[in-house]
Amino acid sequence: MHLGRVIGTVVATEKTPNLEGIKFLIVQPLSREGEPSGRPVVAADAVAMAGPGEMIYFVGSREAAQAMPETFVPIDHAIVGIVDQLHVEPLPKTQRKAKK
Amino acid sequence: MRLARVSGTVISTFNSPIFDGQRLLLCDYLNPDGELAGGYVIAVDVVSAAPGETVLILDEGTGARQIMEVSGGPIRAMVVGIIDEVAISRL
Repeated sequence: MHLGRVIGTVVATEKTPNLEGIKFLIVQPLSREGEPSGRPVVAADAVAMAGPGEMIYFVGSREAAQAMPETFVPIDHAIVGIVDQLHVEPLPKTQRKAKK
Repeated sequence: MRLARVSGTVISTFNSPIFDGQRLLLCDYLNPDGELAGGYVIAVDVVSAAPGETVLILDEGTGARQIMEVSGGPIRAMVVGIIDEVAISRL
């Protein structure tokens, strides 16, 4: 799972029937420090509580579909939790290569 | 599976039911020689790992669900071991 921030919503009227009733949000993946990192993705909202601006964590690949009530659905990213608190230790400033 | 170092915790109230009562750790991936490899993962902790420890990460859904003893659920990354020692043969 990765951290992400909800930066938008997606509405689609015409879609494959399995996607009916699922809320789609645009998620910007975040680095461990909470900075934007990589391309935004469209993710299904499996907690049905996430909204724009919130920090969330999401799961990709096959496990995304497993997050939904109906698991045989064409989804590749799903929001599976809303982050209340995040504690991350800062990275060491220099990472020296181990001597061989 | 990959080596990683536990660097933080994620606390969440609203989540998929499978994560209820589970500890979520933010882990930075490591190379075998202990350097940061770049990238991180949020993983469910089933071995009570502490921050700073080097751990073994499983990033595969079926195995993770097997450990959780569930047949379905959006779970994939898991801390499945605490590393005591890594020995690399320089051939």
